[in-house]
Amino acid sequence: MALLELDDVRASYGAIRALHGVSLKVEQGSIVAILGANGAGKTTTLRAITGMIKSTGGITFEGRSISGRSPEDVARLGMAHVPSGRGTMTQLTVWENLQMGAYVRRDRAQVKADYERCMNYFPWIRERRDQVAATLSGGEQQMLAIARALMLAPKLLLLDEPSLGLAPIIVREIFGIIGAINRENGTTILVVEQNANIALRAAQTAYVLEVGRVTLSGSSAELARNESIRKSYLGD
Amino acid sequence: MELVGNPGIDFLQQVVSGIASGGVYASVALALVLIYRAMDVANFAQGEMAMFSTFIAYTLITSFHLSFFIVFPLTIAISFAGGVLIERVMIRPFEGKSVITLVIVTLALFDLTNGMAGLIWSYILKSFPSPFSASPVSFGGIFIGIQDLGVLAVCLVILAIVYVFFTFTKLGLAMRAAALYPESSKLVGVRVSWMLALGWGLASAVGASAGMMVAPITFLDPYFMQPILLFAFAAAVLGGIESPLGAVVGGLTVGVLLALVGTYLPSGQNLRLPFALVIIVAVLLIRPAGLIGRAAVRRV
Repeated sequence: MALLELDDVRASYGAIRALHGVSLKVEQGSIVAILGANGAGKTTTLRAITGMIKSTGGITFEGRSISGRSPEDVARLGMAHVPSGRGTMTQLTVWENLQMGAYVRRDRAQVKADYERCMNYFPWIRERRDQVAATLSGGEQQMLAIARALMLAPKLLLLDEPSLGLAPIIVREIFGIIGAINRENGTTILVVEQNANIALRAAQTAYVLEVGRVTLSGSSAELARNESIRKSYLGD
Repeated sequence: MELVGNPGIDFLQQVVSGIASGGVYASVALALVLIYRAMDVANFAQGEMAMFSTFIAYTLITSFHLSFFIVFPLTIAISFAGGVLIERVMIRPFEGKSVITLVIVTLALFDLTNGMAGLIWSYILKSFPSPFSASPVSFGGIFIGIQDLGVLAVCLVILAIVYVFFTFTKLGLAMRAAALYPESSKLVGVRVSWMLALGWGLASAVGASAGMMVAPITFLDPYFMQPILLFAFAAAVLGGIESPLGAVVGGLTVGVLLALVGTYLPSGQNLRLPFALVIIVAVLLIRPAGLIGRAAVRRV
């Protein structure tokens, strides 16, 4: 059984239909990428999964239907969503951002260990914990958003374009850490990306979204060899 | 209190008594700020809610013969629950609606509370017992009413509790986050809508404490909080409507300014309300963010 399964999910913004029936599977312990151009429905797919937008069709998480659940409830089930634009709580300090990530948790000892784990992935957090998050660079805000999501101890981590607006060297660093999080903790990750190059290298499986539909899917290796993908997304 | 003709002492005297009333304005201003930060709405019913709470305290004291020291915390607890209930019943259905809709809802609440208080307790002025002695103490020639000192002390303690709650507790942090970043807060599991209700509960409780502190001085009727609400608005705007610290600084400043206006301008007592309005207009024209507030940094 897949950890997350979408079956013919449809969603609209007012009269404009954004998803025309998206189906996909995310297996336990894997990294799955959703690729596509601007406006293909990548962000909407993630928003439908965490209940930030109403949708029809089936969404199951650990075998239970989560369609129609509120974002708060979905988070409490163990799904952490780093939204596009990172959702940094800019007027709060770095440390307060992390504390908010652990808001629903009651296992104090484990939370403490997770703070340490975050600071191992992102060592700069240690010295800058009392700094207001607005003063961080874009890359640091993205890392803080990932750290905050990790503080939820998620079973599934949803990342919405972690590369957006960042320098290539920072993007590589962040994807390195995403890979490490997956390997070292077994955290399942669903990542939405326009940067197909780096996403296909990190993920085992990928789906290509075009105007609200899945048009291609398969293993990352297959897709990386696919002629039309190479043309449209890999810049060959 | 009649004063010996020393202008310097007289002035200090007014400053001190202004600081004492300023504590009350600060409390009500803080209540306004709490709700403003949570939902960008000035709660015009804040004063009437405090008035209603004070009447509840009045009933507990006169009909149930409870001591003030039991009634004070009890009323605060009842007011907290009442504030949460008001949010759930009257505000929740309009969550996410335009600001003007919410403002009109608070005006309706204003009318409703005032009318209900009149119906239950009538419009006849009532005296409200004070826990503090009316006699003054002297500090180097300046006479300070024990009442004034007590009121100021209670208000400062309430403000300090609110500060500690928001700064050092997990729930306080979550309420701040929910007010500023509702979407990100939901994604980490915060029940944002309930945080708003808690904010209303807190504001109602803080307002109630101010009401019970003022009522012994002004006497009690369904209108007694209305001038205080206006002074509190002046305080909140002066300090910066988004800033809790600003509410305190603004409250104390407005308290002192009003005491000086009341004393030194001809027929100054009658000029206090217009002066408060002048403060509001002047601040909005010259420095809309207030003394402490920063110009709002907000992503659209």
